[in-house]
Amino acid sequence: MTKNVLSVKDMVVMFDEFVALDHVSVDVATGESFGIVGESGSGKSTLLRAVAGLNTFSAGALSINGQSYSGRSRSKDFYRTVQMVFQDPYGSLHPRQTVDRLLLEPLAIHGFDNVDQRIMRALDEVGLGSGFRFRYSHQLSGGQRQRVAIARALILEPKVLLLDEPTSALDASIQAEILNLLEQARKDRGLTFVMVSHDLGVISHMCERLAVMKGGKVIETVKADALERRDFSADYTRQLLTASEGFRRV
Amino acid sequence: MSDRLLTVEDLRVSFPTRTGEVQAVRGVSFTLGRERLGIVGESGSGKSQTGRAIMGLTPKHAKITAKTLNFAGRDLLAISDRERREIRGKRIAMVLQDPKYSLNPVSTIGRQIIETLKTHERISTAEAKARTLAMLEAVQIRDPERVFSLYPHEVSGGMGQRVMIAMMLICGPELLIADEPTSALDVTVQLEVLGILDKLVAERGMGLIFVSHDLRLVSSFCDRVLVMYAGRVVEELPSADLSKAQHPYTQGLLNCLPTIGSDRHPLPVLDRKKEWAL
Ligand SMILES: Nc1ncnc2c1ncn2[C@@H]1O[C@H](COP(=O)(O)OP(=O)(O)OP(=O)(O)O)[C@@H](O)[C@H]1O
Ligand SMILES: Nc1ncnc2c1ncn2[C@@H]1O[C@H](COP(=O)(O)OP(=O)(O)OP(=O)(O)O)[C@@H](O)[C@H]1O
Ligand SMILES: [Mg+2]
Ligand SMILES: [Mg+2]
Repeated sequence: MTKNVLSVKDMVVMFDEFVALDHVSVDVATGESFGIVGESGSGKSTLLRAVAGLNTFSAGALSINGQSYSGRSRSKDFYRTVQMVFQDPYGSLHPRQTVDRLLLEPLAIHGFDNVDQRIMRALDEVGLGSGFRFRYSHQLSGGQRQRVAIARALILEPKVLLLDEPTSALDASIQAEILNLLEQARKDRGLTFVMVSHDLGVISHMCERLAVMKGGKVIETVKADALERRDFSADYTRQLLTASEGFRRV
Repeated sequence: MSDRLLTVEDLRVSFPTRTGEVQAVRGVSFTLGRERLGIVGESGSGKSQTGRAIMGLTPKHAKITAKTLNFAGRDLLAISDRERREIRGKRIAMVLQDPKYSLNPVSTIGRQIIETLKTHERISTAEAKARTLAMLEAVQIRDPERVFSLYPHEVSGGMGQRVMIAMMLICGPELLIADEPTSALDVTVQLEVLGILDKLVAERGMGLIFVSHDLRLVSSFCDRVLVMYAGRVVEELPSADLSKAQHPYTQGLLNCLPTIGSDRHPLPVLDRKKEWAL
């Protein structure tokens, strides 16, 4: 058993000349919940996408569950281990497919049994009743769509979940339900989370440690309780914390 | 009130679906002056569909009715499609919840904003480009020149939202409907973007409907807040009085936010009562 289920070392991602990830290193222990915060455009989604094989990295190393990966190729097995919830549920859910199809597809690919039961349970878990099963995704509200995306990631019972702003489209009551659900799933199944959010309240609630990103780099990695004690060195982290207290008219 | 921009009375929107009719909006009424009105509410409660109905973006197969849907003296349900198009974009603009989805994937961001501008104003391409770059800068895009030439899939989530805001503000609308305009933005940028919207309301007298699920944000930013639940407005409050909310849904919302330093596992959740949806 390796201690770190996910290890990223000196990862570089380029888009033409633009350096989106600049030697990023992150280690996440098995069963840990790891947060990523940072300003818009700092490379948070790019990091998750590179881990998931959706962006190529041109330098550095990636290892998951002791296995090394490069480029964009990922085995079928990889997707049973790692699932991702995207920031933009519109991009990830085909609008002309029913919720049923969207949930069935991954189950079929990976040869799961009891598909009916699994689909019903998954919908139930994310607070969407069976009434939504045969809706098309373009017939759903923003938050309903996000919940379908979460259900689809959980339905394969992965070990590692990459969550990109999973609740930023949800109202507080449904956010609370989803966060509880995610925490429970983590406890029950020993899941590991890597979670991007701009909401420091959510990160401090869900994560044990977090990385702060800026301009394609990780500028610091701190324990979550450091937020409470305001014990961190980067100015940006301080700005984030002040800003999270709400809008002030000047 | 002569300053009134918008009157909505008994607005209803419903969709036929395979499993029966979905009533997305069930009799919403409110008025708007040159102010900031917040709409919060649970996911699926009809916030976006309310905004879309005002904007004239309700899907064709849906049924939409209202006793009154009046913008600056015009009956929005009675005017011709052509008049609608003239108002849309120029006088009423809407930042859609799904920014990237609403951008054209095969055209660069710069080209799309210029196009919007040229549909409504007669100006040279050079001037349009200059204004586009200035607008991108105003919404705190760090390197406007680079973003100008990117395609929608090449920008981050937060950049996409700001691009949409820039595109909607560039024609100087009198009414802006912003549907979750800042939900993907990190808090520091979020506040900068709100600052821009705030200035437009204060200086140009724009009316703003700000749809958000973030109560904390709405109460610090808007003058008034409507709370929606299951297609209806269940409560209307001055923002300052949010903590005095009466409806159990609103009260519940205030209680289930995770905050730094509070250790509540699991978070309290709402016990939704059937009668709330009556
Ligand atoms: N396919 C691409 N082509 C060109 N540039 C890209 C591409 N994908 C991402 N980028 C750039 O990489 C940078 C980082 O983007 P990323 O989506 O990782 O940001 P982020 O930290 O997730 O931001 P946000 O909080 O706004 O979602 C941005 O400047 C973006 O424009
Ligand atoms: N084309 C459609 N066909 C059927 N039902 C629809 C359609 N579009 C929306 N709905 C339903 O209408 C209701 C209201 O949707 P709306 O998008 O207005 O919600 P919302 O309040 O904006 O929610 P969110 O906070 O999740 O974005 C939802 O229950 C949704 O499923
Ligand atoms: Mg992102
Ligand atoms: Mg919506």
